[in-house]
Formats: sequence, C-alpha cells, structure tokens
Amino acid sequence: MSKYLVDKFLYTIDRDPELVERYRQDPRGTVDWWEAERANLILNCPAAERSTWLRFTDAEREALATHDYVALFELGAHNFLTLTLFIGLFERDYAEPLGFQREYAARLGHWTVPYPDIST
Amino acid sequence: MATIAAVIASTHHPFYLRASTATGEDRPPFADEWVAKIEAFRETLTRGRPDVLVMVGSDHFHQLWLDNMPQFLIGKAPFYDANYYNEEREFGLPRMGLHGDEELSAHLLRGGIDAGFDLAFSNELRVDHSITCPIITLRPQADLPIVPVYTNIFAPPMPQPRRFVELGKTIRALVEAWPSDKRVAIIGTGHLSLELGGPRQFGPHGPDPEFDRKAVEWIASSDLDAALAEVSLDSLWLPGNATHGFMDFMLMMGVAGENVKADYADSLDLFHTMEAYFTWYPKDSR
Repeated sequence: MSKYLVDKFLYTIDRDPELVERYRQDPRGTVDWWEAERANLILNCPAAERSTWLRFTDAEREALATHDYVALFELGAHNFLTLTLFIGLFERDYAEPLGFQREYAARLGHWTVPYPDIST
Repeated sequence: MATIAAVIASTHHPFYLRASTATGEDRPPFADEWVAKIEAFRETLTRGRPDVLVMVGSDHFHQLWLDNMPQFLIGKAPFYDANYYNEEREFGLPRMGLHGDEELSAHLLRGGIDAGFDLAFSNELRVDHSITCPIITLRPQADLPIVPVYTNIFAPPMPQPRRFVELGKTIRALVEAWPSDKRVAIIGTGHLSLELGGPRQFGPHGPDPEFDRKAVEWIASSDLDAALAEVSLDSLWLPGNATHGFMDFMLMMGVAGENVKADYADSLDLFHTMEAYFTWYPKDSR
C-alpha cells in the first residue's frame, strides 16, 4: 500500500492546470507517465536527488487510471485531496450548482464511520 | 507592552466572496442574511482598532506537504502572497498580498520555542484561504500587517487538542509581553462539523448539527473543560471527516482565556457547514 504516493499524485496534478486537463482527457496515460517520470521526484530536491522506491500498487494505479474516487476513498487516499482535484475535473459537467459534489456523496453513501484510515 | 485589541474566532467559508458578490439569478437566497451577519461581525474587529493581526489558520496542502509536514508553523516574512490556482478555480478567490510584521513574528517564534513549542518557521510563505477568508470578511481592505500561524489539522498524526489550547494560551501571553505600543488582534479560523470527500458532504446543513450546537456553546463560553472532556483526535472523525479544524477554535479558546464569555457570538446555519463568529475584548482595552 502506498497511500502517500496516491496523495502525491493527487496533490501534484491538482496544483498544475495543464496536468488537471491532461488527467481529465487521458487518465491512464497520465498515471503511467506520472509514475514513470514524476513519482520519485522529491518536491524540494533537484531531479538528480530523486527517490528510488516509490510505486503504486495495482489497485491504486487502476483506481487513478479510471477516475474511481470511490475506490480512492476506500484505499485511504486523503479525502480533501481527492475531492478538490475531482471537483476541478468534473464539476464543469454538471448543470446544477454542487451537482457533482452531491453525486460524489451519494456514491459513497454505503459508508458510515469509521471511514478508511487516511494516515500516511 | 502591546495591547490585545480583540480576539476573534470564526469559521472560514471559502464560498463567501462568490456568494456575497453574486447578482441576479446567480445570487443565492441566503446571501443577504450572510452579508449582514458578516458586516456586523466585521464591525467587532474595526471597533478594536488593531494595528497588526495574528492570523491562525491551516495550509490546505498548498505549500506544506507530507514529505516535510510541520505541526505548528509561524511565518516570518515581510510579505505574504496569497491564494492558489485551485482556490481561484473552485472558489473564485483572487490573488492577494499581505504585509508581514517580522518583529512580532520573531517575538512569537523565540518566545514560543522557549515556552516548549518547537515551532517551525517559514521565511517565504504563500498563505491560502484559511488566512484570506477572514481578511475578506473582517478586513477587506487588507491593509494591516499579519503574522500567520499555521496548524496541522489535516494530516495525521496531528497534535492533541490540548496542545492547541496550550499554544493559544502561549500566543496570548507572548503578545501581551511584546514590547510594543501596537494593538494586536488575534484572529483564528477553523470549522465546526465538516465533511469533505465523504458521504455526508454538501448536505443542507453541517454533517452533525448536534456537535455544532455543543461546539457553539463551548466556544461562546470558552468552556475548555467541557470541550476537552468530549473532544479527542479519535472523536473528531465522527461529526465529519474534516472536523479536526475545530482544534483551531480550541486554540482560540485558549487565546480568549478559560471560561471567558465571548462579547459577541453569532452563527448561521448554511448548506455544507454551520458558520460561527465570536469576538472577545480584553477588559482593559474596551
């Protein structure tokens, strides 16, 4: 399990407008590129001083590659990071204000507390 | 010594700016009442005639990240750029800039570390909506220097609630001991019950109205015994999965002082969360 890396993906995509659009258009391609090129970059270190050990589990990679926010919730991805990025990705497709956010809640409606642990 | 001009605790609802400036069909039905409450609340800060603002909030995974996460951090910089692309995208928040009071930052850092808080510091901090929302609601002219104080209410493991209270008490004592003739307002924002990215998000009210009712009572009377008896890091997951932001209210109760009743208390039951606004005036500065 690499919750930290899933969170790092959500975080680094969400803060870059071009990557948000790329992930919306081509989720699997973006996830594959990111895991190969970006996953091991330490954000405050030069590229040469990258990490060597970070990779997704198959379940994590598949959840990200299919925009499956329910699976991400269940894998313990940070709820704030997932929500913020997915609003940026999909809110625009809903006519009603908060339409996407309410559908998101409904799709998680089978959950009651305690929720999956988000600790990293 | 410096004077405490006011102690203010508030929720920070990032949709306020958009709701309050919307017109015509875009204006939500609750906007007028919300604006009226905010303007009355703003007056409580104006009445305190502050020269400088200590602003307690939390970075929402903008500059601070899980590879190096501080629990408590104080900014020490002459200027703070503010707001981020994803806040502009989601909330319509503008880019802002706030001057810093480095002398007060240095005083709080030195005194806080010596008092037993190993505070992180930042000499280049871009603050986010936890700082700018209360500027927009309470001091929209954004003309006063600030000292940002960031707390970790987001990324487990977090400090215990009692530690937030103790930091609040320490900040109060340090401001009172600051050798300056300035009037300092201490403003902190947090949340009542809140759900983000979970099944209870964006409902017609906050996710746990019963928690909100109790929390408003605790804050209005600064009843730290009651709050500390009921609130723990584990219990805060229950009212809503983002309710740890209530610990910033507990910090502000520490600033206000144990069992000191707020001079001003108001709330507004909104979609998504309950809004809550509190002001205390130290007796010698009214």
